[in-house]
Amino acid sequence: MAGAQEAVETMTFRDAERRAIREELLRDDSVFLMGQDEEDGGSFDVTAGLFDEFGHGRVRNTPISEAAQVGSAVGAAATGLRPLVNISFSDFLGVCYDQVMNQAGKTRYMFDGVLDVPLVVRAIEGGGLNAAAQHSSTVHSMVAHLPGIKAVAPGTPEAAYGLMKSAIRSDDPVVFFENKTIYETRGPVSEEEFTVPLGEASVEREGEDVTVVATQRLLGEALSAAESLAPEYDVEVIDPRSLYPLDTDTIADSVHETGRLVVADESVMSYGLHSEIVTRAAEEEFWWLDAPPQRVGVPDTPIPFAPSIEDEVLPDESDVRRAVQRTF
Amino acid sequence: MPQGDLSTPEGRQSALRKMLLVREFENRVVDVFADSEIPGFVHLSQGQEAVAVGSEFALEAADRVTGTHRAHGHSLAAGLSADRLMAELYGKQTGYCYGRGGSMHVANPEAGMLGAQPIVGASVPMAAGAALTAQVKGEEFVAMGVTGDGSVAAGQVHEAFNLAATWELPVVFLIENNLYSEGMVFDEQHNIEDLADMSAAYGIPGGIVDGQDVEAVYEAVREARERAGNGEGPTLLEAKTYRFRGHFEGDPEPYREEEEKERWQAERDPIDLFAETLRERGELDDGTLADLEESAREEINDAVEFARESPEPEADDAYTEVFEEPVPEVERFREMMAAESLGGGR
Repeated sequence: MAGAQEAVETMTFRDAERRAIREELLRDDSVFLMGQDEEDGGSFDVTAGLFDEFGHGRVRNTPISEAAQVGSAVGAAATGLRPLVNISFSDFLGVCYDQVMNQAGKTRYMFDGVLDVPLVVRAIEGGGLNAAAQHSSTVHSMVAHLPGIKAVAPGTPEAAYGLMKSAIRSDDPVVFFENKTIYETRGPVSEEEFTVPLGEASVEREGEDVTVVATQRLLGEALSAAESLAPEYDVEVIDPRSLYPLDTDTIADSVHETGRLVVADESVMSYGLHSEIVTRAAEEEFWWLDAPPQRVGVPDTPIPFAPSIEDEVLPDESDVRRAVQRTF
Repeated sequence: MPQGDLSTPEGRQSALRKMLLVREFENRVVDVFADSEIPGFVHLSQGQEAVAVGSEFALEAADRVTGTHRAHGHSLAAGLSADRLMAELYGKQTGYCYGRGGSMHVANPEAGMLGAQPIVGASVPMAAGAALTAQVKGEEFVAMGVTGDGSVAAGQVHEAFNLAATWELPVVFLIENNLYSEGMVFDEQHNIEDLADMSAAYGIPGGIVDGQDVEAVYEAVREARERAGNGEGPTLLEAKTYRFRGHFEGDPEPYREEEEKERWQAERDPIDLFAETLRERGELDDGTLADLEESAREEINDAVEFARESPEPEADDAYTEVFEEPVPEVERFREMMAAESLGGGR
């Protein structure tokens, strides 16, 4: 395509993710989808239409058995399938955490690499739909924490497409986190097939004064905040895309230039992604930091139901804006 | 062809030889563990050899097995070598998993061993998943999920029974009921007498087999395997057996009477029972039995020597095989540790 204009389509996060899954189903007979109501598109219709196209041999409903879904997917992955397990709401990782932590994550290591576990678990995160405490969590930090597991949390349709393809092709287990409030977010996705490697961040907006590392829904909020703070503050916005491995270099290089860091992520703020990114920035660029790094996240509470108090704990553009201002 | 063939005198003798090998392996583990040659802890299966050998011999070469924390017998019966298995227990490079796994984590895909799973119950969904691969890809193998009586109180086991039954997966579930879940006696853990009755809840065939009778185990697993291979779905087998040692080596066993153990050892030792059967049929005499015992002893002597002489993993080996390719995080920490060990001067 040298010299030619690259063909780009504007599509939703959901369509980009579905396109990636469909292409991988076509490309590799070993890819196998399983989950509750997966034959009807699963929660939020991400895989709608794929059962009609590929049938019961490739796309299958499961009983409400997250432990058996992930546990059997590990066995299937170790013997030649590439299962894509939709456990629906990420809160349900609580019922299959053993299978992620002890089976998927440790199999390669404890058996000295004689078994691959090319497994993807899809988990849907995020508040904002008044779905209350057990259907609104953002739990990716507690998965990124596990040895042997890769975790991704794309913030754009392009990243959703490219990371899903890399996740399915990976011979390591990957948990794919998707925020339920950005399925309708539109963005450019090349019509040409491409992948986004696991472990590569994306600078979504260049700036010189402060680095905002923002994930999922908060990427959009951070970009809006950056526009509203300009020209007084020139904000650089980075989507890490992969949580583990994490692209430390891109973040550290940015902090080296700006000297200021804000991390915006919908996890609770203690013991999570915020702390990890701040630590890495401090390890690499301590002497270049001009201000204490700031966290934007959920204030260590479960997500409440009533809109008035859900709004209180969920961070948005104004929280990012204030955090940026606190660094000056 | 099945891995072993108990329909011929040679096959039966080979099964007896394997049971003697398992017994000798674990008896030696008792000694060398007591001498602190083996790190960590070990779970032994003396008394359960007929279940391991009978079931593994009933499988085809391409079949896949998942096991429990008490899996030395199944591993040896599936064809793993005593020397590499012993080396794994010793934590040596020559072990099946380079000393990374130890007694509780042994896998060898070439022999169909998908791994011991010491998270109690985890072997069951794993086996269902292997069977799913066979079904989706149209491959000929079946899976066998070995689990213990204690695991039948765990949720993932029932989820996997249900999933396998609903999807008619080619899998055999084999419960080794040795009467004790760690230190809890069977009737305190379960409100039914026979775990095989659980099969009714999932609409699949169930069967009870005398776990001290290697031929009975072999026959039951052959039948269940045949059903699985014919697309007739899973079977739930319960082998009634008994372990002669504690839950782990060093277990003071406050939960059972010495008399009970002695009675099982005197009356229900699976090796004695099988040897007696073969003797009655005129297929075994004292001389042959002594030869088989001697050859098993020699094989285990060699295995212990092999394990003792093998090298330990190097410090740097701790950092490999976390992922298929190294990730920057682990590499960074590995370099930090290496730099410290060079410059530390301690």
